[in-house]
Amino acid sequence: MRLVLKLESEFIDRIKEHGRDSYPEECCGFLFGSSDGKVKTVRDLHELLNSSGENRSRRYVIGPAEYRNAEIWAEGKGLEVLGLYHSHPDHPSRPSQFDIDHALPWWSYIIISVERGSPSVISSWVLNDDRSGFGEERIEEVKMREGTKKVVTDQ
Amino acid sequence: MAVKVMIPTPLRAFTDKKDAVILEGKTVGELLGRLTTQHAQLKKHLYADNGTLRNFVNVYVNNEDIRYLKYEETPVTENDVVSIIPSIAGGGTAI
Repeated sequence: MRLVLKLESEFIDRIKEHGRDSYPEECCGFLFGSSDGKVKTVRDLHELLNSSGENRSRRYVIGPAEYRNAEIWAEGKGLEVLGLYHSHPDHPSRPSQFDIDHALPWWSYIIISVERGSPSVISSWVLNDDRSGFGEERIEEVKMREGTKKVVTDQ
Repeated sequence: MAVKVMIPTPLRAFTDKKDAVILEGKTVGELLGRLTTQHAQLKKHLYADNGTLRNFVNVYVNNEDIRYLKYEETPVTENDVVSIIPSIAGGGTAI
């Protein structure tokens, strides 16, 4: 069963902007929202500082204290931490082996490719239960103002 | 003795959506052993193939990281709260 991630246009724009502003380093941030088991709906996102001590153009790191704070914040709002987004500067928006090795199950991992400083393809991924790799999740862009919906990634 | 173990959001899919479980054990290792026995699908996400905790899995007894205590041999009492808290990392390609 293919999962769906509902994402308002405003959030897609903010992720793209964060990727552009952080280039050539990777950006990252948490996704917050709700889930009914088949569809996750993003209600908010928090931009984070990439605290990787290694090459920040190829790595992002979010420490346990930031994770704990995010979970406490989400629970206070009646939301869940649905996953996170990060950018791949000058690389495709597909998970790397490093992403797979460090991924948590169930979460949505949005990746935005930033080519020469310009955000391009955005996609979302969920780790397979056996940790063998990621499956792509369909992003459903929600245009709140017009009340219309548009599929931006589908295969 | 019964000790509360806090489960982070992404792992709750394997604990019937519970954010905490109460488990019997005298050490962190015993608690995690029972946790992964009762919820077998958790094991591959918490432990690497060599049987050690994955490097992004942090375990705290109250506010102390077990890496600075006695790792999985760290003793627990029923007033303690054990928390599993992930570090998160990723990125494009190998450095």
